Amino acid sequence: MKALVRPMPILWWLRSRAYVLFMVRELTSVLIAAYLVVFLIFLQRIAGGPSSYERYLHWLAQPAVLAFHLVALAAALYHSVTWLQLTPMTVVIRLRDRRVPAATIVAANFAVWGALSVLILWLIVGT
Amino acid sequence: MRRSAEPFWWLLFAAGGTVAAFLVPVSIALTGLAAPLGWGGTAFQHARIAALVSHPIARLYLFVLIALPWFHAAHRIRFTLAEGLQLHQAGRLLAVICYGTASVGAALALLVVVRL
Repeated sequence: MKALVRPMPILWWLRSRAYVLFMVRELTSVLIAAYLVVFLIFLQRIAGGPSSYERYLHWLAQPAVLAFHLVALAAALYHSVTWLQLTPMTVVIRLRDRRVPAATIVAANFAVWGALSVLILWLIVGT
Repeated sequence: MRRSAEPFWWLLFAAGGTVAAFLVPVSIALTGLAAPLGWGGTAFQHARIAALVSHPIARLYLFVLIALPWFHAAHRIRFTLAEGLQLHQAGRLLAVICYGTASVGAALALLVVVRL
């Protein structure tokens, strides 16, 4: 048996704003994955000793690499905002037999995100 | 009947998306901007940062932070290529390449954090 696949033009996702935003959201994962490659090398350079680490910091300070991180940060923020807003659609939480409202879950998500970010910032640069 | 592997990959996708949402922005700000620009003062000196990342809890944290979002990305890239570029015919091959790359990456990440 052969499944019927309706032919679609390759650029179907340019047809509407919603589809384009969907594609942008998908692409944020590529930038996040690329950043994590750079980050894993960062860790490896720490293990490689002070001079290896210093050289990597120099490489990271190049304008093109800084620009990459700015773009990656924007993509990561977009991912966070959209992902944390979508959680109520995939997770149902019940409290005393009543479904927790979507807005409450989203607010809790953002609160946890903020608290975790501040905690990590404090651990790295504040202590 | 053979069980589908899809729920397993979807679970890794969801876990990776959540880890990325909570932890990646602050991580980029720290290692991509603050460290090279010298914003942290003495925070990013080698001796201090080396001691910090070799703590057992830090190693576990770093492994989760790196490996899970790679499975998230693999899942998204797989379906974006299949739907976006109309590559349904190559669906199985795409899945093997995407999840395979993420698995190799996770193994490398494990190797790096163990030797920190």
